[in-house]
Amino acid sequence: MAKNMNLKLKVWRQKNKEDKGRFQIYDATNVSPDMSFLEMIDVVNEELIKKGEDPIAIDHDCREGICGSCGVYINGRPHGPLREITTCQLYMRHFHDGQTIVIEPWRAAAFPVIKDLIVDRSAFDRIIAAGGFISVNTGGAPDANAIPITKDDQEWSLDAAECIGCGACVAACKNASAMLFVSAKASHLVRLPQGKIERERRALAMVAQMEKEGFGSCTNTEACSAECPKGISMDAIAQLRREYFKANFKVRK
Amino acid sequence: MKLESKVPAGGLSQKWTNHKFNLKLVNPANKRKYDVIVVGTGLAGASAAASLAELGYNVKIFCFQDSPRRAHSIAAQGGINASKNYPNDGDSTYRLFYDTIKGGDYRSREANVYRLAEVSNNIIDQCVAQGVPFAREYGGLLDNRSFGGAQVSRTFYARGETGQQLLLGAYSALMRQVGLKQVQMFTRREMLDVVLIDGKARGIVVRNLINGDVESYAADAVLLCTGGYGNVFYLSTNAKGSNGTAVWRAYKKGAFFGNPCFTQIHPTCIPVSGSYQSKLTLMSESLRNDGRIWVPKNPGDKRAPGQIPEEERDYFLERKYPSFGNLVPRDVASRNAKEMVDADKGVGSTGVAVYLDFNDAIKRLGRDKIEEKYGNLFEMYELITAEDPYHVPMRIYPASHYTMGGLWVDYNLMTTVPGLFALGECNFSDHGANRLGASALMQGLADGYFVIPYTLGGYLAEMKKEKVSTDHPAFKECEENIKQNVRKLLSVKGKRTVDDFHRELGNIMWNFVGMSRSENGLKTAVEKIRTLREEFWNDVYIPGSNEELNQSLEKAGRVADFLELGELMAEDALQRRESCGGHFREESQTEENEAKRDDENFAFVAAWEYKGQNVKPELHKEQLVFENVQPSQRSYK
Repeated sequence: MAKNMNLKLKVWRQKNKEDKGRFQIYDATNVSPDMSFLEMIDVVNEELIKKGEDPIAIDHDCREGICGSCGVYINGRPHGPLREITTCQLYMRHFHDGQTIVIEPWRAAAFPVIKDLIVDRSAFDRIIAAGGFISVNTGGAPDANAIPITKDDQEWSLDAAECIGCGACVAACKNASAMLFVSAKASHLVRLPQGKIERERRALAMVAQMEKEGFGSCTNTEACSAECPKGISMDAIAQLRREYFKANFKVRK
Repeated sequence: MKLESKVPAGGLSQKWTNHKFNLKLVNPANKRKYDVIVVGTGLAGASAAASLAELGYNVKIFCFQDSPRRAHSIAAQGGINASKNYPNDGDSTYRLFYDTIKGGDYRSREANVYRLAEVSNNIIDQCVAQGVPFAREYGGLLDNRSFGGAQVSRTFYARGETGQQLLLGAYSALMRQVGLKQVQMFTRREMLDVVLIDGKARGIVVRNLINGDVESYAADAVLLCTGGYGNVFYLSTNAKGSNGTAVWRAYKKGAFFGNPCFTQIHPTCIPVSGSYQSKLTLMSESLRNDGRIWVPKNPGDKRAPGQIPEEERDYFLERKYPSFGNLVPRDVASRNAKEMVDADKGVGSTGVAVYLDFNDAIKRLGRDKIEEKYGNLFEMYELITAEDPYHVPMRIYPASHYTMGGLWVDYNLMTTVPGLFALGECNFSDHGANRLGASALMQGLADGYFVIPYTLGGYLAEMKKEKVSTDHPAFKECEENIKQNVRKLLSVKGKRTVDDFHRELGNIMWNFVGMSRSENGLKTAVEKIRTLREEFWNDVYIPGSNEELNQSLEKAGRVADFLELGELMAEDALQRRESCGGHFREESQTEENEAKRDDENFAFVAAWEYKGQNVKPELHKEQLVFENVQPSQRSYK
């Protein structure tokens, strides 16, 4: 069995939106390699509370990689050193005794820090509210099998629909662009016949809201896709660009 | 107070149709004059808020997370049931109804369950129209798979992420209404009280989790869609934030609590690895189709699994239940695993686990086939345990997963407080004493999309229309109580952390109110919970202040409520001197040590009425009447 470790944590502490914030160093001792990263933070926090200090604030909920709540920079990478996982799925066996771990919140103008490692990602909700849906009311839907969908289209659609809205794509991008998030939703819906009807309107509305929220421009560095815990592909961005371009000629303004 | 289920008269299949016609309507132009509050943004909350807003009501919706899309419905893996009968294998509304009633061990209301089965098909249609990418066949039509407790294939799915896809569907419908300004969204707010005026629910008071402000919101009706209380066990498959506070505060305002002791312990979860453990991860039920469950025959055998020869292994489910084998229902599988561990036959470094072995299946079907079926689950297992299940058997153990109990509601989903409704997991309504796989998603969406839009209208059309404002003294009083409660929590300044208390409560619940319950154990639990509660209020330490984002303070309020709810669960388990579904009383078993139901004395819903702090709550009974199905003893031998 692997031995327990002693680590140094360099953690971003910021009391609230207005506070300037700074790094603070903490010891994490006797860390089991079978602990999850968040469990390691739990243990450090329990120690801090017992010492009368303020525990590190961090968003987390399901702890199984699907709710999208957790998400921090770990040693300069969103969700840490492994590919295609979230922070809560990262286990301490991927670190070594004596290591220093730098932990920071997402850094983006459109994601202001609320406290410590917690940021405000409500811009994502507003983008979806602008157009990330199919306009159908409850009731009156045709029989589910009345709309055949090819298996390929369904699988592609689902690949994009797996986005968990964590914001790692924005955090990874040097321009803090939200293109991968926006294009994942556009791609999910436009692959399906029922989503094609309002494709132009959707592309224009979501992109307009994205710009309004203060996200940067996409320059195709692909950092977003490389750091996406669900492995959303750059194809989604290529597709949205096409959608957006065509929509500008098709929609009556 | 007399419990009135308000089940409509008439034949089973006509009840809902007739009821919808008999309910009074709110005319389209008048709907905008009504305000509705929805608490919780999971499947039930999001679907209800979207559907009501589409009808024209003014909706306000609240969640404690940073976004409505985080609600824990998102984590459901397997699928959603519907009686479409697409596979042509004999499914029908009646069969889905029958399977659900039987699976619930005859402790749910026939009329509610029938309605659930009746609207199940509409849910699938609705979700497809929204763009939920369910699995399909090459011909372009929808695919189905099988789940426990049914002999037909009726489960619709989207890989192992069905909950996520359904929630994102409901979330997109909700956000569309937010964009249209028909719904106002309030995130990072925790509901801490329901406000009653003239005996009716007229609003809520919440705490703003960013700055600690206590805020009031008024409405004509309040819908609680706040999920289950499985986190009373501390370790569970629920999200860390899932809690019972909203329903508990409603209970204290007069909403009866139905069957609090009915909890579901899921048999296949990744076991605890150490004292720091914060949650347990579910491994889908589908694994039991090919995995074989075993322990060493000899107690205390600590050899590695590969070194234990075939003849020294006990495939205990196959041995005890030859006809169902590893596919017995969840409650039976869980209890048997516990029995093995109690007999010192548990495996792994902690000894609190059993093996789920795929070796034979890999030999029979080949590794590729197993990878195709379960690849993502095997990966998840390896990520967490660093063991490769293709070569070493998985270690699994049961964990708290779902609560069938919840606020008592009538056929209209209204609690005993007029104007206060409960939808989804937070009501007690449809699953009896045990829920079948792939039925939780079905119920959440049935309540939100297809039941509440009708029954809420019926209530509003009949209520006397009087606007209330948050200046009303009832709001001020609730606000003051909440502030006082927060001050009280912060002023204890003891030595133990909130998590420390929660963990201890979880241990008590798990040991005495878990998979196996006895008169003595339950009485011990009540004593221990009371002592712990007292200690909590004398020795808890919460750092920081109210006027900031304070995660310890949030948890403290929830744990304080769990410390009361846990006692009610034990009381309810005490009075139910029978075994049924997930509730196993050691005193009530057959000669073969199986659960023994007692229909003569316990065919009722236990509905508890709050009578004041430290006063014994009053038990009301709603007799269950079975006009269509004949309750029978379940056997899986």
